[in-house]
Amino acid sequence: MAGDGEKKPKLEMVQADGAQEDCVTFVMHDEDHTLGNSLRYMIMKNPDVDFCGYTITHPSESKINFRIQTRGGVPAVEPLQKGLSDLHQVCQHVLNTFQVPPRRHFLVSVCPLQLKQKKGKKRNLKAGGSVPGASGPPPHKPDQNNEGGVGNG
Amino acid sequence: MAATGSNVEEIRNLVVLEEFGVKNVHTTDFPGNYPGFQDGWDMKTFQKNFRIDVVHLDENNIEFDMVGIDAAIANAFRRILLAEVPTMAIEKVFIYNNTSIVQDEVLAHRLGLVPIKADPRLFEYKNIAEEFGEQEASEIDTIQLQLKIKCSRNPRASKESSDPRELYLNHIVYSKDINWVPLGNQADVFADSRIGAVHDDIVIAQLRPGQELDVVMHCVKGIGKDHAKFSPVATASYRLLPDITLMEQVEGEKAERLKRCFSRGVIDLEDVRGKKVAKVVNSRLDTCSREVLRHKDLKNLVKLGRVRDHFIFTIESTGSLPADVLMQEAIKVLMAKCQMLLNELSSAGTQ
Repeated sequence: MAGDGEKKPKLEMVQADGAQEDCVTFVMHDEDHTLGNSLRYMIMKNPDVDFCGYTITHPSESKINFRIQTRGGVPAVEPLQKGLSDLHQVCQHVLNTFQVPPRRHFLVSVCPLQLKQKKGKKRNLKAGGSVPGASGPPPHKPDQNNEGGVGNG
Repeated sequence: MAATGSNVEEIRNLVVLEEFGVKNVHTTDFPGNYPGFQDGWDMKTFQKNFRIDVVHLDENNIEFDMVGIDAAIANAFRRILLAEVPTMAIEKVFIYNNTSIVQDEVLAHRLGLVPIKADPRLFEYKNIAEEFGEQEASEIDTIQLQLKIKCSRNPRASKESSDPRELYLNHIVYSKDINWVPLGNQADVFADSRIGAVHDDIVIAQLRPGQELDVVMHCVKGIGKDHAKFSPVATASYRLLPDITLMEQVEGEKAERLKRCFSRGVIDLEDVRGKKVAKVVNSRLDTCSREVLRHKDLKNLVKLGRVRDHFIFTIESTGSLPADVLMQEAIKVLMAKCQMLLNELSSAGTQ
């Protein structure tokens, strides 16, 4: 949401005095469960991580405290970095999978539910696949060629 | 969390529905929890197991199965759809004249909630610095709309009529009366897209002869976190795929009763050598009412659960963008969050 200019950093590192760099609390501003929980999952999947958790400090403060403790002296920044790039890759894969035209999906989908489709009004999800992240004009034009319905039979 | 041999798979894959509660709710497949399992993150395994099946798709709705992903990430998509995918909505209302019984502030609020058909990806966020001085609305961040309407008597109405529809002209103000006033080069850029309200038949106010509305509105880009009027979805939700296992063969009267415990289409009765035998045909249709657990003789014959990583998503768009495009936008928002923090990390590292 609207911050006060760009002076404030989005990410801060907090460490207790004398603590090693394997126990760090990161403060992420303007974040909530959306990133907090998904990132926590990705980081907890890392075998180097001993503990990972986050908390929303107060309902009226839009920031989270994100704690990482690692095993074997690994700096806590590393799993954070790996977690973020893993999550990014996961999203990229989900996006790529989602952009495959639905024609193929219909063939593998649960049979009885196909009956639920209404006649006509079927659209192809950007048939032919397109560039992820394209910022061109709206790519959603109702596709005219229904070719007698998708995946019936 | 320590599990014994045989039911490990069940604990990992199934959320079990029992008579008095739900078991194995949390994700537990983290490294170190289960001896003999490699639970560290592996992109290859994820890519192999992940799939999306689109079940239903039309102009404003999509239903699809997202399989092989954790609830934490599926929930992030859902939350982003509700609160962080941008749309255009009326933000400023300039009231030149309002003699209707609807107060100015109520009218402004009602107008704000009208869904606007315009592609938010083609606009910029309005500059925040605007608070420190009135900033001109520009063609890259604002859509201007106008609503100018006056109610009058219908000269052709019959004398004895008492029906307002016949007596008056323009006595109901609909969203279709809102007109788009292109700014700058917008008329050329958006020549083939009709900018305006998504629906034509939203009642905005009711008028009587002599009353009028003269209003200019500015739409800006925003997100649902800021105000619900910016939320691009009517609903965005998921449920887990129900899983019903019959522990032993159920036949005869019991089978009939078992069938009636579930939603229609879940259990089918098959004829096996003159006996009716129950069979689970489509557990997806079940509402998970757990009615079967109220029958003492049936409750030990079935195992109810939900598949932990099988999400049945339903997204219903308000009409500004098609539902499938909204999902793609939501994924991109989460990617942008990750990228932003990664950049922040690397710039902090170089300092």
